[in-house]
Amino acid sequence: MSPTKGAVEMQENLKAILQNALQEVSKSTDMNQLEVCRVKYLGKKGELTVFLRSMGDLPPEDRPLMGKLVNEAKDRIEGLLSQQKEVILRAQREERLKEEEIDITIPGKRLLRGKKHPLTKTLDEIKRIFMGLGFSVVEGPEVEWAYYNFTALNIPENHPARDVQDTFYITDDIVLRTHTSPDEPRTMEKTKPPIRVIIPGRVYRSDDVDATHSPVFHQVEGLVVDEGITLGDLKGTFDLFVKQLFGEHIETKFRPSHFPFTEPSAEIDATCFVCGGKGCRVCKDTGWIELSGAGMTHPKVLERCGIDPQRYSGFAFGMGLDRLTNMKYGIDDMRLLFENDIRFLRQF
Amino acid sequence: MLVPVNWLKDYVDIDMDVKTLADTLTMSGTKVELILDASQEISNVVVGKVIEMKPHPNADRLLIAMVDVGDRVLQIITGAQNVKAGHYVPIALDGAVLPGGMEIKTSKMRGEESQGMMCSALELAMDLNSLSEDKKEGIYILDGEHAPGTDITKVLNLEEKVIEFEITTNRPDCLSIIGIAREAGAVLKVPYRKPVIEIRKTKGNINDYVKGITIEEPELCYRYVARVIDNIKIEPSPQWMQKRLIQAGMRPINNIVDITNYVMLETGQPLHAFDLDKVGGREIIVRRAKDREEMVTLDGKKRILGAEDLVIADEQVPVGIAGAMGGEFSEITRGTRTVLLESASFNGYNVRMTCKRLGLWSEASFRFVRGVYPGLAETAANRAVMLMEQLGAGEVVEGVIDIYPEPVKTKHVEVSSDRINRLIGIDITAEEMKDMLERLEMAVKADNGMLSITVPAFRQDIEVDYDIAEEIARLYGYNNVPKTIMEGSWVQGKKTLKEKLEDQIKDVLCGLGLYEIQTYSFESPGVFDKLRLPEEHHLRRTVEIKNPLGEEYSIMRTTLLSSMLNVLSINYNRGIKGAGLYEIAPRFIPREIPLKQLPDEKLTISLGIYGDEDFYSLKGRVEVLLDELKIRDYSFRRAQHPSYHPGRTAEVVIGEEVAGIIGEAHPDVAKAYQIDTRVYMGEIDFSLLMEASQSEIKYSPLPKYPAITRDIAVLVDKETEVGRIAEAIEETGGELVEKLELFDVYTGKQIPDGKKSVAYSITLRSKERTLVDEDANRIVKDILDSLMDLFGAKLR
Repeated sequence: MSPTKGAVEMQENLKAILQNALQEVSKSTDMNQLEVCRVKYLGKKGELTVFLRSMGDLPPEDRPLMGKLVNEAKDRIEGLLSQQKEVILRAQREERLKEEEIDITIPGKRLLRGKKHPLTKTLDEIKRIFMGLGFSVVEGPEVEWAYYNFTALNIPENHPARDVQDTFYITDDIVLRTHTSPDEPRTMEKTKPPIRVIIPGRVYRSDDVDATHSPVFHQVEGLVVDEGITLGDLKGTFDLFVKQLFGEHIETKFRPSHFPFTEPSAEIDATCFVCGGKGCRVCKDTGWIELSGAGMTHPKVLERCGIDPQRYSGFAFGMGLDRLTNMKYGIDDMRLLFENDIRFLRQF
Repeated sequence: MLVPVNWLKDYVDIDMDVKTLADTLTMSGTKVELILDASQEISNVVVGKVIEMKPHPNADRLLIAMVDVGDRVLQIITGAQNVKAGHYVPIALDGAVLPGGMEIKTSKMRGEESQGMMCSALELAMDLNSLSEDKKEGIYILDGEHAPGTDITKVLNLEEKVIEFEITTNRPDCLSIIGIAREAGAVLKVPYRKPVIEIRKTKGNINDYVKGITIEEPELCYRYVARVIDNIKIEPSPQWMQKRLIQAGMRPINNIVDITNYVMLETGQPLHAFDLDKVGGREIIVRRAKDREEMVTLDGKKRILGAEDLVIADEQVPVGIAGAMGGEFSEITRGTRTVLLESASFNGYNVRMTCKRLGLWSEASFRFVRGVYPGLAETAANRAVMLMEQLGAGEVVEGVIDIYPEPVKTKHVEVSSDRINRLIGIDITAEEMKDMLERLEMAVKADNGMLSITVPAFRQDIEVDYDIAEEIARLYGYNNVPKTIMEGSWVQGKKTLKEKLEDQIKDVLCGLGLYEIQTYSFESPGVFDKLRLPEEHHLRRTVEIKNPLGEEYSIMRTTLLSSMLNVLSINYNRGIKGAGLYEIAPRFIPREIPLKQLPDEKLTISLGIYGDEDFYSLKGRVEVLLDELKIRDYSFRRAQHPSYHPGRTAEVVIGEEVAGIIGEAHPDVAKAYQIDTRVYMGEIDFSLLMEASQSEIKYSPLPKYPAITRDIAVLVDKETEVGRIAEAIEETGGELVEKLELFDVYTGKQIPDGKKSVAYSITLRSKERTLVDEDANRIVKDILDSLMDLFGAKLR
């Protein structure tokens, strides 16, 4: 059975409508145009809606086929509409994103953060290294008994170190500690071996202020007391520390020296950090920098603290934190550390 | 101490370059500070081999030498008769420069060209003292064979190096040429020698010249040795001696004085020469000075002395200050005929105190202060008179007066080789140790690992086994001791609570934009006026330094505010727009004055900010800090403090205790520190934070039921503190008030005079159920009612 003539005509009309609709939809570039298209073809008075209504004029046998065709046309238009909608939205989003482009070279919004003082930074590093070696941190008073500052350290009554030129006195018996060493006997009196401590702290000497001197400065002391501690252990421990703080390429050199509270005593030099040992202004062309005074704890010091020097031995070392910090960061004037210009503090 | 190397070589055979010598000595404890070059300038002087000597055709007394100088043969005219063909001699080439600046040029002598000059020892400024007689005269004939053309300075070792040593205080025995020679000998394992003392001829007897010598203070003068030299001829000392003195840093004066200095440098024993005719009664008394006793010292200055000073006196007046300086009256002059030579040992501490008080320092006092071994006195005196005789400065009088009440005893130390090995961390035999110690002039018996050691008396530093260990370690070489890792009990490295908290506080404050500062712990008492503290304020009671660097550094600080303000001021006055700083440091609070016990060192946090900041930005930081430390029960209370703005200051209260104070600096205080802007600052006690802080963290479950948020704005009197309103809201709302946020405080348009609008956002939540609008309405109504009752607050 072939369609009636009227049906054929209607099919042609439908094709034309579909054709137009598809063309118009795909040409739409914004949502308004798309809506206009939708209304024009699928709205209540839209062309396809009107066409559907006109189907009543068809002979009943033609209706199912025509109905199917109309529905297909409707589906295609709707499909294309939603497809085109996606296209338009995507294009709009692209455009918006393009518009939103910013100048990424404009500086970031920086949140303020302060910094620790360079002395603290260096000390934190030193503490970290020694804690890894089983050392604890102890601290003592800055205003100290002359007994702990001198006598307990085997520095006799008439020793030049006690001179008022070097030491600030509060009373005849109380001084501003001239080193962190008084906390060695303090620790040994309180703690029985094994002892492994570092003692950081602020110390005072009667020096006028200049680029390399300050009446206030800082030391880090180390003390180990146990059975069988040797000079070799001092060497091994300090070498390990220096390599961790300044790098594996730094060597240490121990030479005999003298301190009243250690025997044997040593002065410890390290490869100059500035020139790597080639010789420069900082190391006075020697390639070495003096880093620490050290030695085996003097038996009289042990004895005075109630530690039997026949059974126990120990070593101690002391170094200048300020000097170490200055070397580490290349700071050439000690006064900068205490002036606290924020442009200085910001750099650490 | 300056040591001319050629002088050192008189007493020890050194066969290495100076740099190696210096390094070796440094590594064994005799530290070299510097190597100085005191060499004369010599250039273009080379070794020449004499090929032929022939007579000069035009002059009887001259000879023509044909000399191979390596690359050519030169014709040189000479008057010297000691040169033969085959000799190697120093040749100054055309253009050569000799010591003293003399320049050598090719010239004609009696018609024959001389293309250079043969040199004598004198012309090369060689140390004649160290040469044999035949080398001193005529052209210097080199020993052995040398390649012609070689630089003469290399062949003859003409360099004059001077080593500057830094001798540690325990080794006064090294403060001399001989001491260093002894040390070098031990370290380098080469022989060292002492000068041989030989006095050829003596006259008379010392007792006919000197009436007597008395030591009244044997505690201060351990030994006094005197010798006399008669028929003195004062003249300059010889060149070689002058050269050595200059190289060692001393000024030549005349033969007698120079010899005393020379022997001091050589032996370490300071000597003094008196004009015996000027010593009243020809008698020496070593005594304490009388109160305000006067004398004029060698430098022409009048000194006023006291009982704490030791003097060398004649029968009436002082002729010298012991160990420090001689008197002008008895000084050696051109007219001196008889010399009394003093070689004495004085108490170092006493010399130090006297020198310090008089501001007198010299090579002699330096040695006394370090400790001169009394055993040296006689040797040094004899060495000096020997030189005086040798140089023809006078005739030595027979006899020595030697007052030595208590001779120094030698010490004995017993120690096992095992103990020494265990202290150092090495493993060497008792025999090896014995050998090392013997090189240091110790007498050692080694028996079954036990070392029995007799220590020479000049080593006053050695007392116990550890001292022996040091000697072994340094001769073994510290650098040869293996680096080891400690054995023994394992200990864990721990931080104390205080440290952990300090670390945390620093982290938090840095995170809040503050920079850590470090400032001096002492300051001027004047800061209290700058801080507007009244006369009787407790912070004015301070720990005072007896000998400060100056008034500005004379008290230990009792507040950190002044240091903080100083730093803020430095930054502000350098044009920095804003800064936020903190410091954690102790304040020193005396427990009583004068101090009988150590002061309380109260660790304190100080804060200071200026710039785009206000009271609330400081307060906010403190709140964050306290929150971070898990301190719960804190509040801020209006407070008064003379250093702060009267209306912008708060106490930080934790529990019931005042932990600190924060606020705006009083404008007069800011002004006193030259800060022309608003400054906010504070101080908080560290230990109170430590007590209140909680290190434990316990999680609380997230809320199960939704919250309701209501905003209210009320009108209250302007004076009403919002803190009180918040308290009332929380009180009324009870535990249903989860969060309370002040979002607006407003005065101005639409607000009646004397009133302000305060707006809160209140978040309500129940732990048991979902709150509904009715709940919220009821609670807000209750809150508004109570605000009305308490503050007359009206809803806007």
